[in-house]
Amino acid sequence: MKINNAFLQWAIDGADPKTGQKEWEDRMVALRRENVQKPVVFIGTGTCGLGAGAAFTLEKIRQYLEKNAIDADIVEVGCIGLCVEEPLVDVQLPGRCRLMGKTITQDKVDEFLKAVFAGETPKGLTLAQFKTDGLEPWDGVKFQDEHPFFGPQTRWVLRNCGVINPASLEEYLARDGYRGLKKVLSTMSGEAVCKEIEQSGLRGRGGGGFPTGMKWKFAFAQKDPQKYLVCNADEGDPGAFMDRAVIEGDPHRLLEGMAIAAYAIGADKGYIYIRAEYPLAIERLKHAIAEAEANNLLGEKILGTDFSLKMIIKMGAGAFVCGEETALIHSMEGERGEPTVKPPFPAESGYLGKPTNVNNVETYANVPVIFLKGPEWFSSIGTEKSKGTKVFALAGKINNVGLIEVPMGITLREIIYEIGGGIKGGKKFKAMQTGGPSGGCLVEKHLDTPIDYENLSAAGSMMGSGGMIVLDEDDCMVSVAKYYLEFTVEESCGKCVPCRVGNKRLHETLEKICEGKGTEEDLPYLKNLSNVIKDTSLCGLGQTSPNPVLSTMEYFWDEYVAHVTTRTCPSGKCKALMTYTIDPAKCTGCTLCARNCPVDAIAGEKREPHVIDQTKCIRCGACYDKCKFSAINVQ
Amino acid sequence: MVKLTIDGASIEVKKGTTVYQAAKQMGINIPVLCYMNLHHLGIENKPAGCRICVVEIEGRRNLAPSCSTECMEGMVVKTHTVRVINARKTVMELLLSDHPKDCLICSKSGQCDLQEIAQTLGIREIHAVENAAVSTYRKDVSPALNRDMDKCIMCRRCETICNKVQTVGALNAINRGFTAVVAPAFEQDLIDSPCTFCGQCVAVCPTGALTEFDDTRNIMKAIADPTKTVIVQTAPAVRAALGEEFGMEAGTLVTGKLAAALRRIGFDKVFDTDFAADLTIMEEGTELLDRLTKYLGGDKSVKLPILTSCCPAWVNFFETYYPTMLDIPSTARSPQQMFGSVAKTYYADQLGIKREDMVVVSIMPCLAKKYECQRDEFKVNGNPDVDFSISTRELAALIKTYNIDFVSLPDEDFDAPLGESTGAAVIFGATGGVIEAAVRTAYEVFTGKSLPKIDFTELRGLEGIRQATIDFNGTPINIGIAHQLGNARKLLDGIKNGMYNFHAIEIMACPGGCVGGGGQPYHHNDIEIIRKRANAIYEEDRSKPIRVSHENKEVLQLYKEFLGEPYGDLAHELLHTHYVAREMV
Repeated sequence: MKINNAFLQWAIDGADPKTGQKEWEDRMVALRRENVQKPVVFIGTGTCGLGAGAAFTLEKIRQYLEKNAIDADIVEVGCIGLCVEEPLVDVQLPGRCRLMGKTITQDKVDEFLKAVFAGETPKGLTLAQFKTDGLEPWDGVKFQDEHPFFGPQTRWVLRNCGVINPASLEEYLARDGYRGLKKVLSTMSGEAVCKEIEQSGLRGRGGGGFPTGMKWKFAFAQKDPQKYLVCNADEGDPGAFMDRAVIEGDPHRLLEGMAIAAYAIGADKGYIYIRAEYPLAIERLKHAIAEAEANNLLGEKILGTDFSLKMIIKMGAGAFVCGEETALIHSMEGERGEPTVKPPFPAESGYLGKPTNVNNVETYANVPVIFLKGPEWFSSIGTEKSKGTKVFALAGKINNVGLIEVPMGITLREIIYEIGGGIKGGKKFKAMQTGGPSGGCLVEKHLDTPIDYENLSAAGSMMGSGGMIVLDEDDCMVSVAKYYLEFTVEESCGKCVPCRVGNKRLHETLEKICEGKGTEEDLPYLKNLSNVIKDTSLCGLGQTSPNPVLSTMEYFWDEYVAHVTTRTCPSGKCKALMTYTIDPAKCTGCTLCARNCPVDAIAGEKREPHVIDQTKCIRCGACYDKCKFSAINVQ
Repeated sequence: MVKLTIDGASIEVKKGTTVYQAAKQMGINIPVLCYMNLHHLGIENKPAGCRICVVEIEGRRNLAPSCSTECMEGMVVKTHTVRVINARKTVMELLLSDHPKDCLICSKSGQCDLQEIAQTLGIREIHAVENAAVSTYRKDVSPALNRDMDKCIMCRRCETICNKVQTVGALNAINRGFTAVVAPAFEQDLIDSPCTFCGQCVAVCPTGALTEFDDTRNIMKAIADPTKTVIVQTAPAVRAALGEEFGMEAGTLVTGKLAAALRRIGFDKVFDTDFAADLTIMEEGTELLDRLTKYLGGDKSVKLPILTSCCPAWVNFFETYYPTMLDIPSTARSPQQMFGSVAKTYYADQLGIKREDMVVVSIMPCLAKKYECQRDEFKVNGNPDVDFSISTRELAALIKTYNIDFVSLPDEDFDAPLGESTGAAVIFGATGGVIEAAVRTAYEVFTGKSLPKIDFTELRGLEGIRQATIDFNGTPINIGIAHQLGNARKLLDGIKNGMYNFHAIEIMACPGGCVGGGGQPYHHNDIEIIRKRANAIYEEDRSKPIRVSHENKEVLQLYKEFLGEPYGDLAHELLHTHYVAREMV
């Protein structure tokens, strides 16, 4: 755990070959895997990888290496982002580029490794290969930067995720780790750090997009000798896993960012509030903190300066509302996790009544690179008011489901049709829900709008923490709004009336509409209620929870109208609004549908057209699935 | 000072003033529901949860809760735009959509803040889907108070009182979203929680969610039963507040009308708890003198300070939170229980009836008294010394049910022999009163001299914690006084840490003592109402011909005929008690 101090100092000073020793340089090459002495097998064992069966794959790999007496290292890495191709296994042979294998489930391990160790490209099992000067590439395999998923990405925050061993401080050091902290501690004042962050244009990545430098300055200006730094790792949006990936794949990046922030504002305690449902992330964090402390990168008198920082992990019970900073702070204090009115802002009176700065994981993870490369470099990417990159969790009806990092200003079209590989099954794009339950949807007319904080707000959505859910022509927008409301109803803390009761009423009304019991009066009711909830709720949760309703109403008004007037669901999603009938011209009277109907709603003689009794039909779709003659019509 | 504009008019207010307060100064009454200001304690309940008080502030994206938005220089506030009124009405409709519609039979009807504001806002219809879900909870019926959380609007006032003011910690918000509600931990019943039954939560609840356990039916039944002799005692604080229920000014003394009303209700005898208060002084005062004399004589095994034990919520509090200090409080029973004990022995003997045939009812400003009279220590073979305890509010309801025109009743006296009382007894109803009464007697007994002045004004007032030193003819006696349990906790912790050196301490659980009790006409913790009631109590004291307990002739006669010596054997058996540590989950 303890690294040679002289080597560490040399590394964080920039690893200049002129001042280093030969042995250190060799070590650096090895850590960066610019070449390897013996084969290395990398496997993504983040939570997502494990979910796809990476643990079984790992066991198989061990067995294979043992059986074939291959002397190779196995390195467990975090997630590189392409969830749809998990488990991901890379192999780097001496003298050759690192080859990325895809969907290496346990049954494919033998085939994959056999080919690789024979020096041949395993067919159909490769994703791409890393480009490293001086190493021999694999035939017929694209380099990473040519791959449609990786190519258009700009990976700063995720730079090391899925690449390095997250349990190794040395590997992080070898990739410029803690150089930013070293620079800050040795050459800058807290005020100067705040100023550089302000110059960089970094904005909060947790949802609101508040300028980070301004937030730090506010905390810096407080006179209290006791200040706290808090990291919000309470990632709670359905379908969002950006923070988890960063912590599992590159925990030191977060710690370094937090250390810089703590130094800037004058805090000596840093809290990471993380949901207990992230056990692997917590384990990786604990290990990383211990390793950083053992090497004087955290703890007392960091790097020999007067700056000390104690890092503490606080586990939360996974309440969505605890992502709101005041609720998060109350939860940390052992109180009920519910928000309070701002002002006072946490910067004035936060944790235990002391000045506190709260940022989320991605925000802190952006910090080291700003001091490594300078604020101008950082702000050179992005749009006028949104600088740098943004990590998104891409999900839904899209081919390349996964975690991506893209420059601000990229268009939806690039994300969906290039990185995302287009809509699943070649269906038609309908909408993209961003910002999770607090956001809204973007539609076809937004495909070429550059994505940044302002444009998303203008479109009635928000950046949120970065969930992106793609919807296609088969999705019913009323049901989508209902789904999100179901979530907010569940996650409201219940403190203020509009959120506690209002969201429940919104959900009930949407449910009624989806059940075909809605009336035209329900639509203005929904609209007014949504606006009042937004206007009167205490915290961000309630102030944004009606967004999915308002935004789907704005772009898909006709769908709402169809549900309440003709009582039809244009996307055919709302079961209660569907009618199954049998086309007598096509029905052969094979009886298959009647035999499979769970409620005996289908009657008819053999070889005669059958009929569905609408009073009995529960619209389960069994007949539709079973019919071999496409005789079942759905309306 | 900051200058702002509200509804087109400008106003200058002190920095830190909220928009709600500023508007109020201008005569603009913004409706508030969850907000509660306990000025005298410097505690505010402003969770900003009800969102009824929202206003429009120029330049802000959302409406702002005026109760918790500080005035800023140049702020432009609008309190009744279409947007504001629509928001308030919509929010109120939401609240009502999740509230039982049984206003006609709700015990809070007519005194309900929710009802009042719904009327103010002119709500005539509640828009919500048919069969909209309503949050319902298990009803919790305790001996003292009922919780019907279906009517809870999550204003959190009870939580603030219970946690911040009383530091009891029985109530807190639980669950999330639509089912969020205030309840004891694990949704256990109050009786299993650390609740002291002080009833202050009831005093501040804006709806019918928290109410007293209603005992009036049992009393009607007992009165109607010809085999029962039903006697009633009424506590000092009741006479200073009951009139409010009949439209009288706070602080109107209605002692005579009270006795008349009780007689018309049909009680066989109308007695006064004040009689038992004088008795309490004889016992507690003697106990104090006993401990004091021994202590001053060098006996270090004596426990000092002595703590008063009249307040049942306070007894519950120290049994729960100070189980290691159970030997400090006086063992004297409360006046209610002394009365019951004497009534069912001495007086029942006088009447020649069995205790089972006597029903003792008490009229109390208190809800904890309901719990107290059910304690096993105060029963003989299962028969309680005091059968039923009802609050001032319940009595008012009973008077109305019995068609009695309270206001035009003549003044009547209490009956003998348990009806005579001194000025020392009546001041039991205000904070500091019990200890003042004890000092009046102890001084004369200790020094053998008569009091140079009878009013110990240094012991009075509404400060949460007060201390005074009384000169007992050259011996300084240090007295501590606390009202409201949070102050009691501070005082007790101070004693534990050696911060205080008191000989005697009086503690009352409610603001201002019993005059601010949980069973009194709803005072919503308004200290001005409480002050007026306390003044009435002291006024009655001044009007009494005898103002020291040890000169109460009926009390002296009781000792002579029945009890023997104060603090003697029979007195111990009938007038003293013991305490048990209460376990908390």
